[in-house]
Amino acid sequence: MKLSRHEVEAIAHLARLEISAEEVPVYVDNLSRIIDFVQQLERADTEGVTPMAHPLNMTQPLRDDVVTEPDQRALYQQNAQAVESGLYLVPRVIE
Amino acid sequence: MHGMTLAGIARALRAREFSSEELVRHLLARIERLDPELNAFITVTGDAALDAARAADAARTDGGGPLAGVPIAHKDIFCTAGVKTSCGSRMLDNFVSPYDATVVERLRDAGTIMLGKTNMDEFAMGSSNETSFYGPVRNPWDLGRVPGGSSGGSAAAVAARLVPAATGTDTGGSIRQPAALAGITGIKPTYGRVSRYGMIAFASSLDQAGVLTQTAEDAALLLTAMSGHDPRDSTSVDAPVPDYAAGLDATLEGLRIGVVEEFMDEGLDPANAAAIEAALRVLEGLGAVVRRVSLPSIGLSVPAYYVVAPAECSSNLSRFDGARFGYRAAQPRDLEDLYKRSRGEGFGAEVKRRIMTGTYVLSAGYYDAYYLKAQRVRQLIAADFRCAFEAVDIIVGPTSPTPAFELGAKVDDPVTMYLNDIYTIGVNLAGLPGLSAPCGFVDGLPVGLQIVGRAFEEGRILNVAHRFQQETDWHARAPGGAFA
Repeated sequence: MKLSRHEVEAIAHLARLEISAEEVPVYVDNLSRIIDFVQQLERADTEGVTPMAHPLNMTQPLRDDVVTEPDQRALYQQNAQAVESGLYLVPRVIE
Repeated sequence: MHGMTLAGIARALRAREFSSEELVRHLLARIERLDPELNAFITVTGDAALDAARAADAARTDGGGPLAGVPIAHKDIFCTAGVKTSCGSRMLDNFVSPYDATVVERLRDAGTIMLGKTNMDEFAMGSSNETSFYGPVRNPWDLGRVPGGSSGGSAAAVAARLVPAATGTDTGGSIRQPAALAGITGIKPTYGRVSRYGMIAFASSLDQAGVLTQTAEDAALLLTAMSGHDPRDSTSVDAPVPDYAAGLDATLEGLRIGVVEEFMDEGLDPANAAAIEAALRVLEGLGAVVRRVSLPSIGLSVPAYYVVAPAECSSNLSRFDGARFGYRAAQPRDLEDLYKRSRGEGFGAEVKRRIMTGTYVLSAGYYDAYYLKAQRVRQLIAADFRCAFEAVDIIVGPTSPTPAFELGAKVDDPVTMYLNDIYTIGVNLAGLPGLSAPCGFVDGLPVGLQIVGRAFEEGRILNVAHRFQQETDWHARAPGGAFA
């Protein structure tokens, strides 16, 4: 199956990835080949098979609903590019 | 000293044949001299390692911990407090982890000393270590060839005897395939056996941490220290951890070994196949019984994986948004531009390919046809293994279809690259433990033997590998030349 240029651009937008105009044909080719490859799955007879939810059929445990994490905001924000008064700065969203 | 196994080093340190500081100095000097050729390390933590070695020497008393003062390296996917944790990506080139992964913490508590962080395919996505932002790692057996991936730095460092052991992670073969291509031992435990807290996520239903070592005995020592339940990882299994080293010498008399018909076909390099057959004869000589088994759906494991893993990666990697940590594009016009350019510039081509593949298969109208279909096929593959494990105790076969290939040979065709993991991926899809051990050479390049067990039977796998390594010396062969 050959994906269109428009489809690849739409996927990149959904994934919030900036792709240059020159890169688009490369991704059209690569992704089309990958999708072609995984379409082999169609030939498997999976009638009545439940999709796997966990490889060992285990369920998610629940812990007690108590606070376990201390406040380490200042430590974590050492990795941020732009912080003010403990808040992460991003470009203005509302004019 | 550098040729010694981890177990041998631990014994020598206890016997005070040399100090941890002497050993660490020697290995750091080797890294400084030889790693420019290999590119196995992203970060070397020499000063901290020497401090820790001196502390271990000062604290050493007869009967100290089994791994006290033993140097190791960590794949740069594990968070290390105060040390850069890049995951092989420009996205995290500026990231200094504020905390330690549980694996890092447990191995330090057991006495090990970190020499540094090893190179890897970007976000563990690759089979050749060529997708790293820090450049490819070279195979010490032939510098023109890849060491495998994604734990390629760990594999090359252990193979070149720069460090006796290193951690790794395995989502589709990323411990076993590089172990095979570099001529060392590597184990991926059962899904849930080892905590993933602080291990940067790629595909959460598949990822598992393990180790790359010279021998099965070394792997047993490390796995005993790093396994077990962790309340900080809800997928870690609350089951007792055996002393894996205690079971290494068990007899193989009567052990039923399954050879997967579908793995011994024309896709396998004939010289590789001969090495696998010879290994089976060795195991028969130890009393094991070999029979054929079939995994009828295994042929669909690579396509199923390349739906499930990209889907999960597209979700996991959405956290890298340029806002809170990691790479941020310069002068963003608006929030969407911040997201798109930070991600577009911060991620490399293979990571972007997988994020987009995952976004596509999860998008409206395609979810049932791809993701749910793949999860159904996964059920068939797991059922094949369950059925086979009623007739046999262990499955043995190839790890990789060919020995190490040349740098650049497969980078232009993603699907060809994906097929490197044809023998390893099914094991991840079924959540089972698997190990690769050296079993021969083809044209001077190592060949790996894969040993797969039932869930939580790592002990049996290590036992088989250990007995095999007592009968053979493939694991003791090391690259010559500058690396001798």
